[in-house]
Amino acid sequence: MSRVVFLDERCKGCLLCTTVCPKGIIVQSSRFNRQGYKVAEVPADAMKDCTGCASCALICPDVAIRVIKSRKAKKAGKE
Amino acid sequence: MQADERLALADDEQMAFEVPDVLVDRATHYCPGCHHGIAHRLVAEVLEEMGVVDDTICVASIGCSVFIYNYLAVDSVEAPHGRAPAVATGVKRGRTDKIVFTYQGDGDLASIGLAEVMHAANRGERITIVFVNNTVYGMTGGQMAPTTLIGQKTTTCPGGRCRDREGMPIRMAEIIAGLGGVAYSARASLDSVKNIRAAKKAVRKAFDVQQQGLGFGFVELLSGCPTNWRMDAVKANTRIREEMIPYFPLGVYKDVTEGEGVC
Amino acid sequence: MPHNTTDTGTPERIFIKGNEAIAHGALAAGCRCYFGYPITPQNDIPEMMSYALPDAGGEFVQAESEVASANMLLGAAAAGIRALTSSSSPGISLMQEAISYMAGSELPGVIVNMNRGGPGLGDIGPSQGDYFQSVKGGGHGDYKLLVLAPATCQECYDMMVQAFDLAFKYRNPVMVLGDAIVGQMKEPVTPWKPAAVPATEAADWRLEGAKGRKPRLLKSLFLEDGALAGQNRHLQAKYAAMQAEAKAESFLTEDAELIVVAYGSIGRIAKSAIRKLRAQGHKVGLVRPQTLFPFPGPLLRGLAEQGKRFLTIEHNCGQMVEDVRLSIRGIVDSAFYGHMPGEMPGSDDFLAPILDAMGGK
Ligand SMILES: Cc1ncc(C[n+]2csc(CCOP(=O)(O)OP(=O)(O)O)c2C)c(N)n1
Ligand code: SF4
Ligand code: SF4
Ligand code: SF4
Ligand SMILES: [Mg+2]
Repeated sequence: MSRVVFLDERCKGCLLCTTVCPKGIIVQSSRFNRQGYKVAEVPADAMKDCTGCASCALICPDVAIRVIKSRKAKKAGKE
Repeated sequence: MQADERLALADDEQMAFEVPDVLVDRATHYCPGCHHGIAHRLVAEVLEEMGVVDDTICVASIGCSVFIYNYLAVDSVEAPHGRAPAVATGVKRGRTDKIVFTYQGDGDLASIGLAEVMHAANRGERITIVFVNNTVYGMTGGQMAPTTLIGQKTTTCPGGRCRDREGMPIRMAEIIAGLGGVAYSARASLDSVKNIRAAKKAVRKAFDVQQQGLGFGFVELLSGCPTNWRMDAVKANTRIREEMIPYFPLGVYKDVTEGEGVC
Repeated sequence: MPHNTTDTGTPERIFIKGNEAIAHGALAAGCRCYFGYPITPQNDIPEMMSYALPDAGGEFVQAESEVASANMLLGAAAAGIRALTSSSSPGISLMQEAISYMAGSELPGVIVNMNRGGPGLGDIGPSQGDYFQSVKGGGHGDYKLLVLAPATCQECYDMMVQAFDLAFKYRNPVMVLGDAIVGQMKEPVTPWKPAAVPATEAADWRLEGAKGRKPRLLKSLFLEDGALAGQNRHLQAKYAAMQAEAKAESFLTEDAELIVVAYGSIGRIAKSAIRKLRAQGHKVGLVRPQTLFPFPGPLLRGLAEQGKRFLTIEHNCGQMVEDVRLSIRGIVDSAFYGHMPGEMPGSDDFLAPILDAMGGK
């Protein structure tokens, strides 16, 4: 089980993250942040597909994504 | 920022992406999709992994990244446009025990500052240069840079850069690799996950050779400037892949730790 | 070891050129880094530093240009190191951008200018054509350098020690402004050892890695609302406080009817002329500013208030005379004699202008 957290106030809506997700679950939301950017998100029902690969976080120029993995998932992935 | 309960970890959870502490927790002034943010993060990760944050002095240059000191929590000094390698030479000669790096754009390094970077490299100054090549003068509004590609339209070559009029775009990683004092020179790109991982290794190597006292470390990072390329960030990344990389090939052009000049 | 290094034990007097005295003085002052690019008539300075500095545990770099030298100076200054660059007029022109950044970022460093003739490539002979460039800022923005003007080889030595102390006291670049005369002539110099540089010098602002403290930033960019105005006010207050450092040599001024104002080598040549005229009974004296910024204006004004007349002599077409006139404005004017750069002055050249200014006596 993995999940990602988008820090809305850091996101600038560049959508680079949407291009690298192997599961294609990142989309542009309909929310605007205080700076006026339309932020990216993973819809709640799609989160179960997140593998915790952190590609989205790696390409995000604004460090707006946190990736969280369950320890079991990580171990399983490694071995 | 206020605490975000979504970031609270359950017992069986852990962070799969560590944000380096030396990267200041604040929003940047960069445009959406600007790669300066990625380049900053890579430098931050490398300094932290090397354990040299407290011994590092950053020389900021003039360009969009002049405010790098707002985002990296290290001692910093601002250099005049193009002169960062000379300033870094002075810092390093004054404090040979410190890690000193410059962070420069293509206008700063490859145009006005060409003499300074060439001679610092040739002297083999024990410094590291992180060179962000986005093929334009970002800060001043997208004028032609020495790295602007043939046919690329900018505000000062509105018809597109022309070989006969403006000359060919300059390939710095190769030029630097040809100089005697250089221990490492490489070109990487920030357009994809794979390339960002490779870029991180190159940045690390460019700092390693300094720390080991082997010579000058240079890493060129192909970067997007969506604003002045007049396209969105996703298209900008496509442009890096389809237009920049073919002209600016990625690779290691010199690495004295692995025998002379790969590529 | 060549005879002209200090580390064979300090001889009582050594017979050296002004340029060499500059290098000796810098080493005595604890200079740790030298950056420079060759140009006549000051090459003895980098040449001597190139062998003496490494021996003294320092670093010598022959830079690719004066643009680079000045920026290396900026970098070493940011690390809190006592550093030096030297050049002559065309090279100093190239340094102006970095000097402006140093002033704006409040970084201390010493710049020696052995003034040669201009404009352009000019010649390699002496001149005082860089007075304006030295004391009025020189680069962009509102800033000042502390400017010291040696007239003898001993002063070359002494003023280097003073220059480093002032640079760090005020966190400001300091220029030592000589010319091809004082740089090239040989005189006996008595070296002396100033107190060692305290390890705490610059400890509260130098860059050395942010171990156990907040990161430091040395910059001259102030974009936030009101920030640049604040920085300029702060700098102006500092420049005003520097007035306390004003210094001048006064020679036979007490009973003088006419005060000759001249600096550096020209001040010294004027002194010879004054001696000759005194022997003939003419009541003429000399004020030789040793600091050009801060300018010893109050001293001149005091003399003007005593009813004395003034003649400014310079080896240029009229630069310092403006500061003399400003100093005594509302009381009396200053006459001016400018010896043309490109021609070597002798004391006899000054006799007629002085007599003229005394009223044709
Ligand atoms: C001496 C001088 N000339 C010109 C400028 C104006 N200027 C500021 S940034 C810049 C170009 C920056 O371009 P680049 O180095 O490519 O950095 P980018 O903004 O693209 O990251 C210029 C020309 C200046 N600050 N100083
Ligand atoms: S890459 Fe970062 S800034 Fe860009 S849309 Fe995704 S989360 Fe937002
Ligand atoms: S961690 Fe990987 S799978 Fe999960 S959202 Fe990010 S890119 Fe997609
Ligand atoms: S103008 Fe270009 S380089 Fe500058 S912040 Fe914007 S995208 Fe980045
Ligand atoms: Mg650029």
